[in-house]
Amino acid sequence: MDPYSLKKLNQCRRERRAAILLTDLGDGRDRVVVEGDAVAGTLGEAIAAAFRSGKSGTVEVEGRSFFLNVHLPPPRLVMVGAVHISQALAPMAKIAGFDLHIIDPRTAFASPERFPDIRLDAEWPEDVLKKAPLDAYCAIAALTHDPKIDDPALKAALEAECFYVGALGSRKTHASRVERLAAAGVPMPAIKRIRAPIGLPIGAASPAEIAVAVLAEIIEALRLRGLQDRKGEAA
Amino acid sequence: MPQSVETHEPRDPLLIAEEWMKDGKDVAVATVVETWGSAPRPVGSHLVIDSEGLFEGSVSGGCVEGAVIAEAAEVIADGKPRMLEFGVADETAWRVGLSCGGRIKVYVERLG
Repeated sequence: MDPYSLKKLNQCRRERRAAILLTDLGDGRDRVVVEGDAVAGTLGEAIAAAFRSGKSGTVEVEGRSFFLNVHLPPPRLVMVGAVHISQALAPMAKIAGFDLHIIDPRTAFASPERFPDIRLDAEWPEDVLKKAPLDAYCAIAALTHDPKIDDPALKAALEAECFYVGALGSRKTHASRVERLAAAGVPMPAIKRIRAPIGLPIGAASPAEIAVAVLAEIIEALRLRGLQDRKGEAA
Repeated sequence: MPQSVETHEPRDPLLIAEEWMKDGKDVAVATVVETWGSAPRPVGSHLVIDSEGLFEGSVSGGCVEGAVIAEAAEVIADGKPRMLEFGVADETAWRVGLSCGGRIKVYVERLG
């Protein structure tokens, strides 16, 4: 392994950037491909697929054998609102392999008794997110119904290009939210990325069922990254 | 996700390999590149070894590490990468093999 590749790979991992160590198993040469780097042809397609699936493996391209070792930052779910839905969503998301972070400035809600063993910040999202910035491997679910808490978090999530941005609330609530965010200077294409009403439409009724719908929607957004356009063509 | 790099591994082999390299040590990196059946460590897992046989990480549940470490000394000496394969094809597999019934392919290379 090229020492430069190791340094670059570790640097990407420290910065929570997705990277693939690409090794030619024939001659042993390797290089680091960072997500977004252009790689042409069949190898490029295999690399794009590996970034989406997160699965490492060997590919054969024009008689050459390459090993793709995929290093994705662990996906993190940030819940804004230490509410009833979060109490169901947190353990489910933990089982699914997500790192968790709950933010709610209301100390009565954000208590360790209600959320044992979870990273919990009883502060305003704008303060917390300065210390623990969001990135493309974060999903955010805004669940408080309170614009003072939800809106700044949603704005930060859209700026950080989180792979999933969802907000609880009816269509009517969301329409007002769209107006507020637009007035706050958030560009319309970014606002359109917000999933609202939150969760896949499975007719979820209870907080636990809503949590299932939200988690399913988050997993879909994670695993189908970059496939949305193609889905649109097929439809 | 798998890394402080946030990983679920308490001691990250690739970070340790970089530290060893900075300390001027010779290092070999072993990587699981293929698995069949019930293999204990997923594709992409690492075991890193220095020239004194000190190691971190794993490529199996401890079944084949000894053999990989022995091979790593050769790799460090001649610089040529090797592809090793382990399985449970026969009786001897219980001695240098995987008791879980799986098969794995491990790529061992020198750092630098």
